[in-house]
Amino acid sequence: MNNEAIEEDETRVSDCAGRVVLIQDCVETSGAFLLHHLMKRKLSRESSEIVVFVAFAHPFYHYDRILKKLGCNLVTLSQKGRFIFFDMRKLDCLDEVGGGRTKSGLVELFHKIHKAAEVIASPETKICITIMIDDLSLVEVAAQGSSSYVIDFLRYCRTLTTEVGCTLILLNHEDIYSNSEESTLNLELEYLADIVMKAKPLATGLAADVHGQLTVLNKRSINEHGKIKKRIQNFQFKVKENSVEYFYSGSRT
Amino acid sequence: MATARSKTTSFSRNLTSAGAVSHIPGIKHGPNGTIFSPPESQTLTVKILGGGFPLGSLVMIMEDAEAPHHLLLLRTFMSQGLVHEQPLLYASPSRDPRAFLGTLPSPVLSKEEKTLKNEQEQTQGESIAVNLICGSPWRGICSVQSLLNALALLILQALLLFVIHVLDFWKRFQDEDKEMSKLLTGYQDMVGLLHVHKVAQINTQVPVILEASTFSIKLQRRRSLVLERLNQAPVDGSSGTSYNTSTSCSGSSKASPLDF
Repeated sequence: MNNEAIEEDETRVSDCAGRVVLIQDCVETSGAFLLHHLMKRKLSRESSEIVVFVAFAHPFYHYDRILKKLGCNLVTLSQKGRFIFFDMRKLDCLDEVGGGRTKSGLVELFHKIHKAAEVIASPETKICITIMIDDLSLVEVAAQGSSSYVIDFLRYCRTLTTEVGCTLILLNHEDIYSNSEESTLNLELEYLADIVMKAKPLATGLAADVHGQLTVLNKRSINEHGKIKKRIQNFQFKVKENSVEYFYSGSRT
Repeated sequence: MATARSKTTSFSRNLTSAGAVSHIPGIKHGPNGTIFSPPESQTLTVKILGGGFPLGSLVMIMEDAEAPHHLLLLRTFMSQGLVHEQPLLYASPSRDPRAFLGTLPSPVLSKEEKTLKNEQEQTQGESIAVNLICGSPWRGICSVQSLLNALALLILQALLLFVIHVLDFWKRFQDEDKEMSKLLTGYQDMVGLLHVHKVAQINTQVPVILEASTFSIKLQRRRSLVLERLNQAPVDGSSGTSYNTSTSCSGSSKASPLDF
């Protein structure tokens, strides 16, 4: 039913090699389930993709437990080399060098990601790589509020999408700024992204059977005539331990 | 043979780490491999927050500048740690933090229990209560982040001796209002309102839908803190209505129904 149709759309979203996918959420509705969903798809048995996961928010065992319920064993996959996990929770980017600040932390992190991507993406083996960053707001915290460093870092990461055909999936929070002037990072991100997914709570408040609504904006969707078009879809969701139910608004009683 | 096989099954439980934790007083296992520190009074965390504070988490109490009732919650959390004989670290910008510690509540005990308790030494505590004042907001977030990482590390390496901070609380005190007193029964006894803003999702992707997010705070005979559910649970379409299920989460005599 609806769920299948939406799943199909989602498949198209997840077949997004070389693209930048941005997930935006808020305190009331976490968008982390989308990250888990995409991770599960990338790591499924049918695909041979490799996921490079840069964790700023949660430790490995958090994702391991969640993905186990979704049918992926991250320990086995990381032993096979299909899942590379960088725990960046203690990253402090800014070092004081002779009174001037350097951004060595983020540069080092980019080199790590670049190196991992280059080793995997040899020209003879056409393996798709997905780079996931689980909380961009914490990258900004690590850079002590310097959003320009974060934007620089993301631009560098974006070059990997063309250089080695990586997919970049980013999670950020929409409601962390008290005024619009400070949200330069979010605006920049929306420009960088090819696909933007926004998770929001229902306007009517908290409900036990609908956890929120999702807006997917695909800037480069190809329609039936083969033309590139912007496409926006809205649906609601209910998150479960081993799956997520998607349905169109009003289709559930 | 049989034991070797049972070890390789995917359902086998890691009993070594579980066993190491189970002997710590005031610690119990929750869903999704989380470990909770349930409070002495079962009111807040067990019935409202669903089990207690998960170890390694961060609880934020957002105060109302005009009312001192956030200290009431802080005292209750701190005393819960003390009751379980877990170490307690209290950091505060105030000049005389000892004065605050002197106001911590003690558990409600019967007369016999009281005499027993008096014979014992003052117990140690468990949690970290920090009153943060930071010059720059980014510095503040960084220090909270480092604290969280330290907590997570201690959970893994120091066998969960530190308390978990769990949630974000947002507390608001409302001035006496005649209209409100008509709407809410027992309004005279209420000292404020508690709003649970966010509940942590640890080791799970399913959001926690609380039965209610707004509670009234009452002090009974100036001794015990009582929380009562104020709003109704969200209606679950699949399981019918949630009306008429309102019970007091504190176990006190009556809930506070809204008269409309």
